Amino acid sequence: MAEPTMAVREGSTPRDEPLMSVRDLQVEFSTSAGVVRALDGVSFDVRRGETIAILGESGSGKSVTAQAIMALLPKPAGSIVGGSIHYAGRDLAALPIGDVRRICGTEIAMIFQDPLSSLNPVFRVGWQIAEPFRKRLGMDKQQARAKALELLDRVGIPDAGRRIRDYPHQFSGGQRQRIMIAMAIALEPKLLIADEPTTALDVTVQSQIMKLLANLQAETGMGMILISHDLGVVADVAERAAIMYAGRIVESGTIRQVYDYPAHPYTQGLLASIPSTKAIGERLVPIAGAPPNLLALPTGCSFHPRCPYAVDRCRAEIPLLRRPDGWEPGHVAACFRSEEVLAHD
Amino acid sequence: MTTPARVSAATRTMRRARKARRGVRLRIVIPLIIVGLYVVGAVIVPILYHFDPLSTDLLYRLKPPGSVVGGGSTAILGTDQVGQDLFAQIAMGARVSLTVGALTLLIAGVFGVLIGLLAGHFGGWVDMVLMRIADIQLAFPSILLAILLASVLGQGLTNIIIVLSIANWVVFARVTRGQVLALKNREYVEAARTLGAGHLHLIFRTQLPGCLAPILVVATVEFGHVILSEAALSFLGVGVPVGVPSLGSSIQAGTAYLTTAWWISTLPGIALLILVLATGILGDALRDRYDPRLRSA
Amino acid sequence: MLGYVARRLLLAVFVLWGAITVVFIVVRLVPADPAVLIAGETATPEQLAALRAQMGLDQPLVLQYLGYLGHAVTGNFGNSYTQYVPVMKLIGQVLPNTVLLAVLACAFALIVSFPLGLLAALRVNRFSDRAVTTLSLLTQSLPGFWVGVVLMLVFSRQLNWLPSAGLDSPASLILPTITLALPFIAILIRMTRSGLLEVVGEGYIVTARAKGLAERRVIFPHAIRNATIPIITIVGLEFGTLLGGAVITETVFSFPGIGRLLVTSIQVRDYAVVQACVVVISTAFVLVNLVVDLLYGYLDPRVRLS
Repeated sequence: MAEPTMAVREGSTPRDEPLMSVRDLQVEFSTSAGVVRALDGVSFDVRRGETIAILGESGSGKSVTAQAIMALLPKPAGSIVGGSIHYAGRDLAALPIGDVRRICGTEIAMIFQDPLSSLNPVFRVGWQIAEPFRKRLGMDKQQARAKALELLDRVGIPDAGRRIRDYPHQFSGGQRQRIMIAMAIALEPKLLIADEPTTALDVTVQSQIMKLLANLQAETGMGMILISHDLGVVADVAERAAIMYAGRIVESGTIRQVYDYPAHPYTQGLLASIPSTKAIGERLVPIAGAPPNLLALPTGCSFHPRCPYAVDRCRAEIPLLRRPDGWEPGHVAACFRSEEVLAHD
Repeated sequence: MTTPARVSAATRTMRRARKARRGVRLRIVIPLIIVGLYVVGAVIVPILYHFDPLSTDLLYRLKPPGSVVGGGSTAILGTDQVGQDLFAQIAMGARVSLTVGALTLLIAGVFGVLIGLLAGHFGGWVDMVLMRIADIQLAFPSILLAILLASVLGQGLTNIIIVLSIANWVVFARVTRGQVLALKNREYVEAARTLGAGHLHLIFRTQLPGCLAPILVVATVEFGHVILSEAALSFLGVGVPVGVPSLGSSIQAGTAYLTTAWWISTLPGIALLILVLATGILGDALRDRYDPRLRSA
Repeated sequence: MLGYVARRLLLAVFVLWGAITVVFIVVRLVPADPAVLIAGETATPEQLAALRAQMGLDQPLVLQYLGYLGHAVTGNFGNSYTQYVPVMKLIGQVLPNTVLLAVLACAFALIVSFPLGLLAALRVNRFSDRAVTTLSLLTQSLPGFWVGVVLMLVFSRQLNWLPSAGLDSPASLILPTITLALPFIAILIRMTRSGLLEVVGEGYIVTARAKGLAERRVIFPHAIRNATIPIITIVGLEFGTLLGGAVITETVFSFPGIGRLLVTSIQVRDYAVVQACVVVISTAFVLVNLVVDLLYGYLDPRVRLS
């Protein structure tokens, strides 16, 4: 699956300007119990034609990252309190919400976890797909409808000409997600954010949707941020991966670096807890303990209470992302003991 | 950097949330105090004034608020068309309102909750029959049903309570049934069922407790409705019998003297309004507290 | 959709049958003998017996019931006890006035409450939300008949701007309409607000925002169209309260409508008219709810197409 996207990448200069560059992003939520720092210094780049996977447990901040980029943080509870989101020469974190939304409609698009609740139940799907054409490009009804039909065909809805007049509840889960994708790619965005796009779907449908996303990316050369808790789903599609824990990126690198040589104990734990074909009959190893309470984060490294490698330093100091000594460039982890973790594997 | 401004935005929303929570507490305490004052006033004032609903004092009739009347006392809210002290009359009317309200809630509540529990627990044809009865009941606007029944049964406090109970049980039945259906498949109810608990135990020990919060909310809101309905029936002349002072009949009596003695109609109405408003605020606050789905903050 | 319509129709017919039956039973509970009520205390036993035979009161209760049911279906409720004309003629004279009043009050309530509910929902927990919510709570606690009395006191007696009673000119409709609409406004504001708040949290609203639509476009039509569905249901349910309120409002303003006819008939113990009035009002209520149910099916494709 990765071949066509690689080709696109080689076509442009390898170290060209990133499409989007997130730097030291900080997001806070105010709840009745106190202020929660949902994102604490998140940085990453997305390039044209590249897919970056953001992985982590629920509550790790991966969805909040997407919401922050799209200016969809729940108001008034959530707000960006620091950092920047550079896109096409502008900082989305500093722009008024209205301006960000305008960019989002045309250049950055998003698809969501639950395609049923994400589609408006009282409007026909054709109308919903045609809406951006009519409202953003000013097309008339006929033109917009033709475009919507074309899109439905393109995302693989059979008998699109008839089904364009149906309502969301008349489609299956996988078809609904295809419709969401059609809506997202309508205005040919340069960046697509997919927030758990396959979590609500059957396993067989999951791979079809991932294949569709990869094909569309190959055709259009758009960048993609793929958010998931499922390391298996993204493995074939993404080139790079960032692992999040408690609002921070704890490890990032190419997908092979991260999957084959995890340098953070949390990543190692995640990989050990997924079933794989080569380890049939072996026990799955769950990560000890529970995900952290963002209201009362542990001191030092947030992962230390669950970490088999933890030492005194981990309880006192917050580790920064760094390249483990003697390993490839581009692979970083936020752990004082990455070398031991890598050696253990 | 714009950071300081953004931080203050976050703390501002938090402060607002905290204020909202304190608001809920105030919105529970203050209405309770008001209702308490009404209860105390309804008990004490008629005794202090040696109130006799049948006594008249034509010499001091239609006196405006603050007038000095017979015996040198001051009628702070004036007197009515037969010379009775309006304040004492309002207190007596509140006594009727509160009694009718409380007893109606008790009867309609117990009856409605029982029906709701049965319908929700047994489901099937029991549910079907009970809910169709409720549908027919709902075909009558509740005040219309009350008027019809009251006109047939005749005037009297007991009849009013019966009539209003009949007109109000459905709300309790529906809310309870809905809640039971929601609870039915919860693990703890299923656990009790698999452990072999009987119907009685299931209904009263596992389901009823889960229904209490919404029932409490409904009861508070209905209390105001019932008091308003009683006043409306008395205003229409199908409520309390002649000679029993009620806020509704006082307002009705005053309509004949609107130009000469505005206070006779106006002041009992305000007394009624404050009482109903207090229960309304209380009901809202309880809902905010117990029904997080409807919570706005 | 056809199945849905059929089910709703069946339920409406069933509920109407139940309502008519309940009225029959309740009116038979009257301790007084209708023949005595019509002929007066001075009538001879022979006169009374003749009257009873003429009215069919000497027949078994079941036959009386079936006859009554048959007549009710055709809209025949016999003659008034006191005015010796067909009951439906009396009702026919006043029913249009009540319908006019109810429609005006409904329209007025919708026009006032929708923007206020929208405002409250969009500015939730801000000052304007608190003001609107408090206002609606206050309005809801107002005793309708008392509001009528006070409005009459201020605008008719003191200021002399508007007529206080009857229905002689369009101006006569103003005070009754306001009185009748007030509690309705209160409920509608609350429902619009909570309905919108619920919808605004839904996934498809996030999608609409992510599509880059302007916030105005997110609310109209995405949020509104969904929020309208519960609001319409409430309009139907609360229409009953509105009809009940009409009885009181018409009495306060001596408005020639079916509510006032009902109350005056109760006072003179004319149970033929009382019975018919209650059946007619209940029928109106059931029909409005039927329309609402069908509208609901039309607005929500999930209901229509299932």
